[in-house]
Amino acid sequence: MKSVCFYFNIHQPFRLNRYRFFDIGNNHYYFDDFSNDEIITRLAENSYIPMMDTLLEMIKASEGKFRCAISISGTAIEQFQQYVPEVMDRLRQLAATGRVEFLSGTYSHSLASLEDVEEFMREVKSHDDLIEREFNLKTGTFANTELIYDDDIANVIASMGFKSCLTVGAKHVLGWKSPNYVYKSISAPDLKLLLNNDKLSTDIAENFNRQDWDEYPLTADKYMDWIAALPEGEKVVNLFLSMDVFGSFLPASTGIFHFLKALPRFAEERGIEFAMPSEVVAHTEAVDFLSVPYPISDVDEARDVSAWKGNELQNEALDKLYSVAERVALCDDRRLKKDWQYLQSSDHFYYMSTKNMADGASHASFSPYDSPFAAFTNYMNVLADFLVRVQEQYPESIDNEELNSLLLTIRNQASEINSLKKELKSLRTNIAEAEKEPALPVPAPESTPEKKLRGCKSTETINDEQPKKRPGRKPAVNKEPDENRPKKKPGRKPKAKTV
Amino acid sequence: MKALMFGWEFPPHILGGLGTASYGLTKGMHNNGDMEITFVIPKPWGDEEKGFANIVGANCTPVAWRNVDYEYVRSRIGKYMDPELYFRLRDHIYADFNYMKLNDLGCIEFSGRYPDNILEEINNYSIVAGVIARTIPCDIIHSHDWLTYPAGIHAKNVTGKPLVIHVHATDFDRSRGNVNPTVFAIEKDGMENADHIITVSNLTRRTVIEKYGIDPSKVTTVHNAVIPLDDELLNLPRHDKKEKVITFLGRITMQKGPEYFVEAAAKVLQKSKNVRFVMAGNGDMMDAMIKLVAKRGIADKFHFPGFLRGKEVYEMLADSDVYVMPSVSEPFGISPLEAMEMGVPSIISKQSGCAEILDNVIKTDYWDIDAMADAMHALVSYPALHDTLRDKGIEEIHGITWEKAGKKVIDIYKDVIGKQGNN
Repeated sequence: MKSVCFYFNIHQPFRLNRYRFFDIGNNHYYFDDFSNDEIITRLAENSYIPMMDTLLEMIKASEGKFRCAISISGTAIEQFQQYVPEVMDRLRQLAATGRVEFLSGTYSHSLASLEDVEEFMREVKSHDDLIEREFNLKTGTFANTELIYDDDIANVIASMGFKSCLTVGAKHVLGWKSPNYVYKSISAPDLKLLLNNDKLSTDIAENFNRQDWDEYPLTADKYMDWIAALPEGEKVVNLFLSMDVFGSFLPASTGIFHFLKALPRFAEERGIEFAMPSEVVAHTEAVDFLSVPYPISDVDEARDVSAWKGNELQNEALDKLYSVAERVALCDDRRLKKDWQYLQSSDHFYYMSTKNMADGASHASFSPYDSPFAAFTNYMNVLADFLVRVQEQYPESIDNEELNSLLLTIRNQASEINSLKKELKSLRTNIAEAEKEPALPVPAPESTPEKKLRGCKSTETINDEQPKKRPGRKPAVNKEPDENRPKKKPGRKPKAKTV
Repeated sequence: MKALMFGWEFPPHILGGLGTASYGLTKGMHNNGDMEITFVIPKPWGDEEKGFANIVGANCTPVAWRNVDYEYVRSRIGKYMDPELYFRLRDHIYADFNYMKLNDLGCIEFSGRYPDNILEEINNYSIVAGVIARTIPCDIIHSHDWLTYPAGIHAKNVTGKPLVIHVHATDFDRSRGNVNPTVFAIEKDGMENADHIITVSNLTRRTVIEKYGIDPSKVTTVHNAVIPLDDELLNLPRHDKKEKVITFLGRITMQKGPEYFVEAAAKVLQKSKNVRFVMAGNGDMMDAMIKLVAKRGIADKFHFPGFLRGKEVYEMLADSDVYVMPSVSEPFGISPLEAMEMGVPSIISKQSGCAEILDNVIKTDYWDIDAMADAMHALVSYPALHDTLRDKGIEEIHGITWEKAGKKVIDIYKDVIGKQGNN
């Protein structure tokens, strides 16, 4: 029996405001809220909402036989939360059906996998944490930003415990091989690879409404006939599609939603089932190794990463950005860390592509900028301000290792203080209890509950008592962002001494 | 194919972009092969490059019979043109112009510049054109800019051959809207009498259609190109300097938008101290600009070296890091192309014609001082941007050749001649 795996990809970046060089150092807000709101709201209306309703309907009508996977970036989820929460409701409904698998990926749709392994792992972790928090689902299959993949990335993903990964069936990698099998990575043999079927996904995404296409019009039974007619051994058809194609590039009037809704019936007639990637991977053995020495992606004719790393501008911007990866990871400023994520979105680098003379025509049409040079200038201005902020946290004169050890000392100190605190607390309660016997509750019970409160609230309330101030700091290390300040100051002092 | 061209300037004796463009185009057309071009200019100097066009001087063309012998003619005009031609021209004098001020060869004197009595000179030029058109056979007539339109019309009437006029600029560009009615009338007359009009940019094409009311179907844009610079200029020494230099080069007049350059400079200097600005050239707004610079308090970083000629221009470019052309209205604007060829990234206004064909430049609205300042800052602060624009710019300029432009003009000729044949 053949299986069809649909993957719907959702991503929106936080587009940048026009940010002039005289804003550097003066204005630390970088994002164009108006256009981000406008774009995601429009797409939600035309595309995400009707599409998710269609998927829900398909799952219901087919009594759960229709399944699919969704790959969604953290930045997209944040924008939904902020601007169109009704999309979040639908995503939760989809998650609750148990027929939709959420893929793992990078939080900000970033290029970290090509630039900085550590940061890549952090990106994946924050993405997966978010998915778990929002949808109560664990991710099993990995799909990188625009399906970027090579043997090195395979190693990293495998080391993170992933058993399967979706990537592109790039012709120059596959050669005569078919994408309709499960493969395994040559560098990490435990990692199974699912490959997008380029032709069949393009037929939907690009050709569906092309009236000069010789197969126009595409109908659900014809499409399923094609899949049924694939050679006997080819068991899996992976279709990776951007969700905003449905309803916006292919407006509802093209009949695209009806096409989708008709698919399960014709699939059943031909004995084709729908599957989630984890099911495919569980039931299918890999037929062969796949070696991908150079990164491949889902974008442009060449299926390489030149759309983001194809010119000097892009490489310069990426180098500058990732030069502070470690520092940002060390710091605890919540806004800085958010901006860091948003600035990593691959879209910013895509806008800088100078391929717009040839097959990069699509680069220009998606870009909010006049030219790649304007995109670069704006991004670099923002980055300049961002770098200043990072530097303010940790001066450049201290190198990362030294900084690391200092921070470690501080954190150890904090935990030491905390353990001492506990000790003190237990001693106090002991004393209180000891005192309890003769004279009843007066001082002791007052102090214990307050201390607990302090643990999760803030230090502001009680500033007079010295010992009480400290327990406030410790939890700040883990969670609360606003509490960072008092913790950092002690961090700087020892540095000053060492310099 | 034989073309009879009327121009006003020709290198090396040029006063503006017209001469350079006429030269480049003629040479480009010649290199396409099968073109025989006669190029008429008011006053040749004898050191013009020949070989690709037969240069005829209007001031060497007799309009009244003088009995002179061959040797005398050769001694007088031999270095400008072939004496044989003088005698052939003399055989085609069509009226008695003895009432005019003529020299001993029966020729009218021309200044070849833009004198105060320019209207008279234009008229004389068209008288001479009658003689030339009767003498030298041609398939098509081509007039460069309004000064030569009357000559072109005259030649067309004499020969019955189609007339193509080449609009390098209109009076709307030069005057920012306050057109001179006489010039406008000459321009409009030329456009109406032309069988086809070539404009140097779509911007100019729109002006011709909208302001002069010309039928769009007979107006075609052929963008200018650039003549490759000599190695001597390209290899001029570039001095190592601690500060970046941002340059404006051109007439300091309203059309060129110098005030926007100064304002943008003031913005950049608020942030980065490591930059100097140069405004080379002169013009009627120079004093106002010096005052403005002083008012903004940036005179220590802002320099006015005056008018640069010849090689000085390229020496200035060689020492520049950024070239800026904030023109308010520029039919084409060849100077950014030269800057790019010299490896200097350029910022140009969207209101200039060359913005239509250039990709590897930064384009801003001339009035958008913030955007211009931002682009200046980016080019001096982000080496990756500077280097990309430098390298891609050089590459791009090498693809913009006069041969391609010449080919387009030849195609227009064929089209026009074909149409006339059908009528």
